Amino acid sequence: MADQPRSFQEIILRLQAYWAARGCAVLQPYDMEVGAGTFHPGTTLRSLGSRPWAAAYVQPSRRPTDGRYGENPNRMQHYYQYQVIIKPSPPDLQDLYLGSLAAIGIDAALHDIRFVEDDWESPTLGAWGLGWEVWCDGMEVSQFTYFQQVGGHDCVPVSGELTYGLERLAMYVLGVDHVMDMPFNDPQSPIPLTYGDIFRQTEQEYSRWNFDVADTDMLLQHFKDAEAECQRILSTPQPDKAGRTIVMAHPAYDQCIKASHLFNLLDARGVISVTERQAYIGRVRALAKMCADAFVTTPAGGAAA
Amino acid sequence: MPDLLIELFSEEIPARMQTRAAEDLKKLMTDGLVEAGLTYAAAAAFSTPRRLTLSIEGLTGESKPVREERKGPATTAPKPAIDGFLRSTGLTLDQLETRDDKKGQVYFAVLTKPGRPAADIVAEVLDRAIRTFPWPKSMRWGAGTLKWVRPLHSILCLMVGDDGAEVVPLTVDGIVAGNTTRGHRFLAPEAFSVTSFEDYEAKLKRSKVVLRADERAETIWHDATNQAFALGLEVVEDSGLLAEVAGLVEWPVVLMGQIGADFLDLPPEVLRTSMKEHQKFFSVKNPKTGRIERFVTVANTVTKDDGATILAGNQKVLSARLSDAKFFYENDLRVARAGMDDWLDGLKAVTFHNKLGSQFDRIQRIAALAREIAPMVGADPDKAEEAARIAKADLRSSMVGEFPELQGLMGRYYALAAELDPEVAEAAEMHWKPMGPSDAVPTAPVSVAVALADKIDTLTGFWAIDEKPTGSKDPFALRRAALGVIRMVLENGVRLHLVNPIAFVIGFHASFQRGDVVREQALKLAKYAAKIGEPIYAESLLKQSFEIADKAPVASTETMTAMLADLLAFFHDRLKVFLKDQGIRHDVIDACIAMPGNDDLTLLVKRATALSDFLKTDDGENLLQGFKRANNILTQAETADGVEYSYGADVKFADTDEEKALFAALDTADKAIQPAMQAEDFAAAMSAMASLRAPIDAFFTAVQVNDDNPILRRNRLNLLSRIRTICQSVADLTRVEG
Repeated sequence: MADQPRSFQEIILRLQAYWAARGCAVLQPYDMEVGAGTFHPGTTLRSLGSRPWAAAYVQPSRRPTDGRYGENPNRMQHYYQYQVIIKPSPPDLQDLYLGSLAAIGIDAALHDIRFVEDDWESPTLGAWGLGWEVWCDGMEVSQFTYFQQVGGHDCVPVSGELTYGLERLAMYVLGVDHVMDMPFNDPQSPIPLTYGDIFRQTEQEYSRWNFDVADTDMLLQHFKDAEAECQRILSTPQPDKAGRTIVMAHPAYDQCIKASHLFNLLDARGVISVTERQAYIGRVRALAKMCADAFVTTPAGGAAA
Repeated sequence: MPDLLIELFSEEIPARMQTRAAEDLKKLMTDGLVEAGLTYAAAAAFSTPRRLTLSIEGLTGESKPVREERKGPATTAPKPAIDGFLRSTGLTLDQLETRDDKKGQVYFAVLTKPGRPAADIVAEVLDRAIRTFPWPKSMRWGAGTLKWVRPLHSILCLMVGDDGAEVVPLTVDGIVAGNTTRGHRFLAPEAFSVTSFEDYEAKLKRSKVVLRADERAETIWHDATNQAFALGLEVVEDSGLLAEVAGLVEWPVVLMGQIGADFLDLPPEVLRTSMKEHQKFFSVKNPKTGRIERFVTVANTVTKDDGATILAGNQKVLSARLSDAKFFYENDLRVARAGMDDWLDGLKAVTFHNKLGSQFDRIQRIAALAREIAPMVGADPDKAEEAARIAKADLRSSMVGEFPELQGLMGRYYALAAELDPEVAEAAEMHWKPMGPSDAVPTAPVSVAVALADKIDTLTGFWAIDEKPTGSKDPFALRRAALGVIRMVLENGVRLHLVNPIAFVIGFHASFQRGDVVREQALKLAKYAAKIGEPIYAESLLKQSFEIADKAPVASTETMTAMLADLLAFFHDRLKVFLKDQGIRHDVIDACIAMPGNDDLTLLVKRATALSDFLKTDDGENLLQGFKRANNILTQAETADGVEYSYGADVKFADTDEEKALFAALDTADKAIQPAMQAEDFAAAMSAMASLRAPIDAFFTAVQVNDDNPILRRNRLNLLSRIRTICQSVADLTRVEG
């Protein structure tokens, strides 16, 4: 087909253009290490409260335990998710989603696209929703979720969340078998670059650091620090020195994200036992809930200004 | 008599919920309609991934008027009473009837509620059904408050009468019922209207939707087997998968694909599991070799390239999945061939339960116990111990990490790769069994030894930390474990005093929580305890073992002994349930449990079966009545005299012929009963007891037990005691009803 994208970045650009044309604010990635696009405050916090919201963005995501030194054809400790979040979820969200697949060259007349039950739950965020994983010819290409609860709060109205695993989706569209062989920019470019040209070395470096070298005592201390700071921020009395009431939900939430990522790093180092695991997840969830509690008292969280 | 057609059209309903939901819709609607006074001739429910459909035939057009009579006050009653009655009925005085009553004339109100048109009732019942629908999990969407399994898009609700079809007016949370629906999401997305169920089903089919799930399943199976047959292959049957796949498609299109040559050497179970769990593929095997060579996938759409792109995509995904599986398998084989040490060591890091230690700890106990049990089930102790040591190693393998359901099976493959004895390898798979009441129990001796050790360890461990099943809660599946032990013992005819292995594990647990020095000693004692046949010794040795290893918080000798009795009672309870299903009465089992050696379940069941069968015969009645007669008189005398008559009946004090005859009969019976009991031929023993009925009856007819002569009286009571003792040797007949 003539209209097939030719590179990883073209797929991203087409998604950006598609969702921008459907009225989404195209946000930039959040500038912190997160495990998934859902952690971006543009999803976690903005799915709370009554104010309408529509955003789309690429989010670099880190899962230290998934590092494979760049050798696995599709598993990496750093990858990209494309995230769309619309509140309230529009009635034609499935059709909008299918339109986005068409935009990147997946023609429903040739492929078998299916919505297969998949309930989503994030124990760290105290969040859950119902939806599907979307299959294209037997491959999972996206996650489709109607948020029911985030940070322990019922989502009213409900946000619809779409998450595309960009590498996997792009590999499928571009017909590439190993992620590192995937063209990142147009292969006809003067300087063609593959995904591997950009990320193979970093996958090796991070895999080694994640698994063998990261200083666990330091990580543990940072976890405790982030936890303490999150609590301190939220318990700081109002008003501020100029007499203004400013709830610092976002700075606190940054600390929650940090704690979550530090936990993932500790996990990759293999120093968290099965029983401790639940306890750590519970600690992060407690932070996420506190941040959610704080956010819903702010104007962006729908509180009367 | 109109027909009713309802369709609830939504985003994709999880496959596993569809059938149940269609039935729920039918039940909610028909129950509601009947309750409101309508009747119907027939109802049928259908489901596809995007719709629940209900067709009701021959619905009454309106509910019957309901006539109600209410009795009021007497005509002579004071005015306020009459006014009150008028208010409550909404009538005026001239609308009341007066009737004769016992006490004079009274007012009667005759109220008729007019019948309601079916459409009104349907709208009301459907609204309620939608709002209270019992989905296992439901959700909200957009800004609405309605809950459904996934967003509900449209409601079709049509009454079809002789003069045409009419939409039932109904609005649920902004969704207005109509007469339209849509076809296949991609092949026929446009809305269309329908006029009847027949019209609906036919138009759906034209719009590439097969309404009936069984028809979809049949198409899939038919096409799949045909395509396989053409290649001389067979589709591996899997009714669960077929039902699930039929719930994932509205328009099934069967495609058969190839499995890459690189993957054909994977164990067939791995291929099947990977394809089924990840991709919902059917496996296609070569009947000549038993190897799985192809797969069947079911697409939900027809494409212009006849599914070529779809198949290529699926094949690619499968290759990626199987590459993972192959990678895992080859890695695992390397560890297995090196003796599995990595895995065995790794089990230290796998918590079994935080109060019961790691899987590694558990394996130490099971291995020691399996060794002790081995001789009792005809297994080689060394093999049993070795089997127990490696039986759970595969929990650490990559393959089982990926597919937990392959645990055990992979253990067997890996044990064989490690060149272990085939019996040992078999135990790696079979020791998990039986997984449920209908699962086969292991029969190979080594497997039985390990399986028994495993389950007895589990039960004892959870008893030790007081995590017993309560009511409907049994999170550690202890009832299943106990039933597994019972079935393994009974089906293999194992002779084993359960108290011994239980005591062994208790001892092991108790000693395990202390230092190494005492552990060794306690362990030795516990081991010894398990070897002794008689429970009483086990208990006393157990006491010693606890005393040596004392000062643990959980391990006072009394609590441990009580725990042992409690766990044995749990086994007996499970056994009762098990035997009840086989038609053995509760009281019969209780009568046998009351006998010594009741922790030997095979013996116990032998007794119970013999008693149960025997009680169904005339001789059984004779035994019971003879015994009861003797026992009643004896018990009364014992209660009255405050002594137990249990010894010293002497024929020389026998006064009458009947008395002498009874002595002789008891001697004869004794001679027959003793060897029968030795041989555990309980039926023969009871036959001999039953033969006592006639001499007992003759005795009671001719002889007055409570003779004035105390010597005669005592002798007679002691004689009755002999009867009691003899008749009680198989079971405690005082517990048998009737």
